[in-house]
Amino acid sequence: MCAKKVTQKPGDVPTTGHVWDGIEELDNPMPRWWVWVFYATIVWGIGYSIAYPAWPLISGATPGLLGASTRADVVAEIKRFDDANASIKQALVDADITTVSANPDLMSFAQNAGAAVFRTNCTTCHGSGANGIEGKGYPSLLDDDWLWGGDIENIHATITHGIRNTTHPDARWSQMPAFGADQILERPQIAEVVEYVLQMSGQDHDATLAAAGEAVYLDNCAACHMEDGSGDITQGAPNLADAIWLYGGSRDAVTYSVVNARFGVMPGWNDKLTEDEIRAVALYVHSRGGGQ
Amino acid sequence: MWDYLKLVVLGLLALGAAIAANYARDLAYQVNAVTVMLAAGITFLVVLRGMDEVKTVNRNEYMDGVVRAGVIATAFWGIVGFLVGVVIASQLAWPWLNFEALQGMGNFGRLRPLHTSAVIFAFGGNALIMSSFYIVQRTSAVRLWGGNLGWFVFWGWQLVIVLAATGYVLGGTQSKEYAEPVWYVDILITVVWVAFLAVFAGTLMKRKEPHIYVANWFLLAMIITIAMLHLVNNMAIPVSFFGSQSVQVTSGVQDAMIQWWYGHNAVGFFLTAGFLGMMYYFVPKQAERPVYSYKLSIIHFWALIFLYIWAGPHHLHYTALPDWASTLGMVFSVILWMPSWGGMINGLMTLSGAWDKLRTDPVIRMMVVSIGFYGMSTFEGPMMSIKAVNSLSHYTDWTIGHVHSGALGWNGMITFGALYFLTPRLWNRDGLYSLKLVSWHFWLATIGIVLYASAMWVSGIMEGLMWREVDANGYLVNAFADTVAAKYPMNVVRMLGGLLFLSGAVIMCYNLWMTVRAQPAKVTSHAAVPAE
Repeated sequence: MCAKKVTQKPGDVPTTGHVWDGIEELDNPMPRWWVWVFYATIVWGIGYSIAYPAWPLISGATPGLLGASTRADVVAEIKRFDDANASIKQALVDADITTVSANPDLMSFAQNAGAAVFRTNCTTCHGSGANGIEGKGYPSLLDDDWLWGGDIENIHATITHGIRNTTHPDARWSQMPAFGADQILERPQIAEVVEYVLQMSGQDHDATLAAAGEAVYLDNCAACHMEDGSGDITQGAPNLADAIWLYGGSRDAVTYSVVNARFGVMPGWNDKLTEDEIRAVALYVHSRGGGQ
Repeated sequence: MWDYLKLVVLGLLALGAAIAANYARDLAYQVNAVTVMLAAGITFLVVLRGMDEVKTVNRNEYMDGVVRAGVIATAFWGIVGFLVGVVIASQLAWPWLNFEALQGMGNFGRLRPLHTSAVIFAFGGNALIMSSFYIVQRTSAVRLWGGNLGWFVFWGWQLVIVLAATGYVLGGTQSKEYAEPVWYVDILITVVWVAFLAVFAGTLMKRKEPHIYVANWFLLAMIITIAMLHLVNNMAIPVSFFGSQSVQVTSGVQDAMIQWWYGHNAVGFFLTAGFLGMMYYFVPKQAERPVYSYKLSIIHFWALIFLYIWAGPHHLHYTALPDWASTLGMVFSVILWMPSWGGMINGLMTLSGAWDKLRTDPVIRMMVVSIGFYGMSTFEGPMMSIKAVNSLSHYTDWTIGHVHSGALGWNGMITFGALYFLTPRLWNRDGLYSLKLVSWHFWLATIGIVLYASAMWVSGIMEGLMWREVDANGYLVNAFADTVAAKYPMNVVRMLGGLLFLSGAVIMCYNLWMTVRAQPAKVTSHAAVPAE
């Protein structure tokens, strides 16, 4: 034994007599408070498991004297709010959506409900302030640059069915060709049309290339994006003549868009949200500042 | 003869791994196979070169080489684990640190399991293995059983760590929290762990002491229960022999229940029982006082072992888990409170009569704070298992804070104490290089934990309150993104806390290094010899 033993003084608690590598054990009793609190938790545990669903049986478990059920609690809580909101939700569904804004009670409810629906479902892509993520394909909903229309009925339709998803037959659909990747245009033609687009949106550009690019543009792009580049909301073709860009307006970003095309997708919400929720969030988005 | 058998096995293993690497269906598997090939090849060469050497082993000496290696591995993996922790804490505070170029390897999702596994299984696992080997020899007064099997356990465990870590980064994961290693790593873990059990139990069986010391009860309970948990939770069918992916045998809520039965008892047996074993040896040794109460140690040991195993369902309150299972998980967790505190009482009261050492011995101070954090988190745990509390705390940062006050405070600090205790003894040095640096480490680590835990309490409770807030019509008031934005200051404080903890550990490594390098050898000590 290397370690020194503890010398016992008279009146000290005796040890158990075991020694391991110099370690001894005192024979102290367990602290009373410890024992009593331990007993108390056991008694409480027995009582609690009698009061609440606890002990598994052959099929099912003891239901508990209080008849508690977390699932029933949730159902009851949801029902309480559903009952309270039932009449105003029905009024929202029955109303003509274009005139809801004239009804202060209905509009106030739609604003609150729509904001909540938006926070839970839309912020992931469109941002908690609804301003989107510039250059990443998540459009801002605050401006008046709308891809598929900014009046209340168009917004409602977009939310209901979504964009370019494969789950909704009525989803809004359009697809830009990948002019470079699918070899529709030659490399120099792409360089020219990109300069033309830069010119159209009032950015720095190479005037010679842009002049050559006009013909390319009119042949290949104007059918959707219009001759003046103002876009077409019936086809979801973005405006190319303004300063707002879904995927960035730099030379590199526009070139990438022409070469590979973009294919932004939004889910349809009518299998997840109820009609009153879709109407509420449509009214909320419409009222954010950009609604037409 | 024995060496030839080893060579054959190692050669076949290296060859098999090379073939596996060739047919690999995914990158994680391929890199792992190459790693196994290299490991088997290197071991082959080592065995081959040692063939002609005359092996002189003094069977009357303790086998301390493997413990020394364990001390180094513990310190090394500790630094790695804490560093990755600071990195991912920074990524949470400043998301741009998830660099675009590192997506799929260095983003938070890939690094997080690297951090948890490095800290729990690499740092904690090495701490447990090396202190088990040290404690069981000293308290049984015999050399480690099984010859070089102890070395197999050590190197096997390092291989597990490397395979798991490289696998995580390359996408090889089972996606089960704290059980992420893929199926073939799980098999290796099983082999190493059974060898660990054999070494430990073999040493106990040939002990020269009449009784088994309490530390060994806890360590043995840890080894046996972890083996059981590991086997059941990792039941999976590989998709291909040449791929890392597998399909769990159970699914849905059954799988979730098994996962958290495992997960909670990884905490209960790995991080609680195992480290209580360390506490029961190192605290009385460092304090040079007898253990406070033999009776208490018996009762709290059996109560802890019996109760912990039922507490898992509290991780799944308010989910698809049936109410009855939820109730039982909560009830057993609350009853577990006192059995957990039994260890705290025994640890703290062991110091009665030696409290003055707190002023002079920073290592004791570290151990006492560790026991304090143990007591705090074993009170917090039962409290958080109560359904009403859990409905607020679950999924929030509060849980993260709870885990870290246990991991940094209890597991970290008791391991640091053990490392400070062991290093001078294992390298036969006359005390530590600098007690002042131990004090620095103590304060940096303690302040770091306090910053971390309090930031997470504030952040977690705020998160819970924001998530549940509904307006008069029953609609949610906050978006998830709002809670993320609101957590920013707390995320910064958490990162700072982690940074302080890491710097303390770096100071410890310097101190231990200098103890081995610069301290004079202890003159009076004769080489460690099994007693009697």
